[in-house]
Amino acid sequence: MPETYRYLAEFAQTWGLIYFVGVFLLVVAYAFWPTSKQRFDDAARMPLRED
Amino acid sequence: MHQTNALPAKAITLSEAAAALTFAILSFSSLIVAAMAHTSEYAFHAYLFAAGSLAAVFAIIDRYYNRPADKPALMIDGKPNYNMGPVKFATVAAVFWGIAGFTVGLWAALELAFPVLNFDLPWLSFGRIRPLHTSAVIFAFGGNVLIGTSFYVVQRTSRARLAGDLAPWFVVLGYNFFIVIAGTGYLLGITQSKEYAEPEWYADLWLTIVWVVYFLVYLGTLMRRSEPHIYVANWFYLAFILTIAVLHLGNNAAIPVSLFSPKSYIVWSGVQDAMVQWWYGHNAVGFFLTAGFLGIMYYFIPKRADRPVYSYRLSIVHFWSLIFLYIWAGPHHLHYTALPDWAQTLGMTFSIMLWMPSWGGMINGLMTLSGAWDKLRTDPVLRMMVVSVAFYGMSTFEGPLMSVKAVNSLSHYTDWTIGHVHSGALGWVGYISFGAIYCLVPWLWNRERLYSNKLVEWHFWISTIGIVLYISAMWVSGILQGLMWRAYTSLGFLEYSFIETVEAMHPFYVIRALGGALFLAGALLMVFNLWKTVNAQEAVSPVESALVPAE
Repeated sequence: MPETYRYLAEFAQTWGLIYFVGVFLLVVAYAFWPTSKQRFDDAARMPLRED
Repeated sequence: MHQTNALPAKAITLSEAAAALTFAILSFSSLIVAAMAHTSEYAFHAYLFAAGSLAAVFAIIDRYYNRPADKPALMIDGKPNYNMGPVKFATVAAVFWGIAGFTVGLWAALELAFPVLNFDLPWLSFGRIRPLHTSAVIFAFGGNVLIGTSFYVVQRTSRARLAGDLAPWFVVLGYNFFIVIAGTGYLLGITQSKEYAEPEWYADLWLTIVWVVYFLVYLGTLMRRSEPHIYVANWFYLAFILTIAVLHLGNNAAIPVSLFSPKSYIVWSGVQDAMVQWWYGHNAVGFFLTAGFLGIMYYFIPKRADRPVYSYRLSIVHFWSLIFLYIWAGPHHLHYTALPDWAQTLGMTFSIMLWMPSWGGMINGLMTLSGAWDKLRTDPVLRMMVVSVAFYGMSTFEGPLMSVKAVNSLSHYTDWTIGHVHSGALGWVGYISFGAIYCLVPWLWNRERLYSNKLVEWHFWISTIGIVLYISAMWVSGILQGLMWRAYTSLGFLEYSFIETVEAMHPFYVIRALGGALFLAGALLMVFNLWKTVNAQEAVSPVESALVPAE
């Protein structure tokens, strides 16, 4: 049981951290990718469009 | 109109036939369960299922005879033919349950101040009406607001008709049937004693079916969209629907004693059960009361302010970081318990990290008003929604603070927690919901505007005073309570007996009940205003919603 705990804790403290930071960087890259600017600026106005 | 062509032959659709047959079978089997039930309370619920299913069979057949032969068109003259019937139903249900839930809450608050008010009746004891209050406001009021607004927003931002024919109606009616089962169950003493997950196994199974259909209707509508981009409000709604499904299944892994008994036992026990319960409980806050209502914020505030979202890019970062962090915060409900220390610390750490996305979202909501701040003076509905976002900021600041172990050792089990929950529930969830309802009713019923803006002003100020009274009374009483519990004499004895702390809180309980009464009074003004909006004004010649669907 202590072995399992140590293994899981080590996994969470290393790969877990890398995974979360990695996901966060991916999200930031997606959001701030220069070529998507126009698309997201348009999307910000979506509620205002009437049909 | 004279029809030259022969009408197309009307035939019952496969889904109508299958649904009617399924409900007929359910009705019959419910009768058998009612006859064999171990307790009379359970038999009562089985009869409710039988009656509800039978009503569903009649409703489906009646609808078949009254509907046109063809399916409703997806587009009329190049514009989407929106299906707003279920949205209207959910809006009315939200208002109804809101008043019911606030009233029961006021009653519970009065019982705490004046215990004689339970009249020694088991049905009115605090232990039964407290879950009735929490479920009525969170799941009945909040849930109907979320289902209604999500069906509205997904149609408008996808420019597509709601997917499914019977399915959207099944979602709204089936969900409200679940509410009736849950609420009557609490009063009759049927509970599995898990906070915010009190309904027993059969109600949970029913909700699972309703929720899966909700998810499918939502996805189906998104797949029909004529907009290439899925608007961010839909991401929040979708995260809410999907996560609630996972939470509900995880926390209700219970095995019933018998098909004929309402009692069930959870498959895990002790501290594991507690951890799963608070993983569920805190994410009910994170995904039901936060993510879902952020979906409302991201649609209704830009729409009402007539301004684009302040930063769409921030909304993307907001979304992903919020959902990735929230799911880990639950263990902060179990500080200083048998839960391992590292799990407590993990819960605390993730709660503190949640400051970032929460405030990012708050800033995004507030700054959407840039260039339109003057509207706060003239439009009380917008003001209500903006104050709601301010309350969101306040309670998401307070929450991480309370998750810190040192603070929690003072605040836990005291009224401070109750005050914190209500600044989120009355301020954030309540106000953003009222704002959305004030927007939706004129749009859905095709009225030019609300009956009276003045009444919205009154609603706003009366209930704001109510909230302030409520949360400040709970802060004082909570900290007082916490300090009294931990006070020692010079000889090392506890300085106060428990009953002395209860006596000390009495004045604050009275102030709290007064705050709740003001909040309820404000909501009653809203009901009057909405009633007059629909019934005292002519429908305007259609401008934006010319296409009210022919249901």
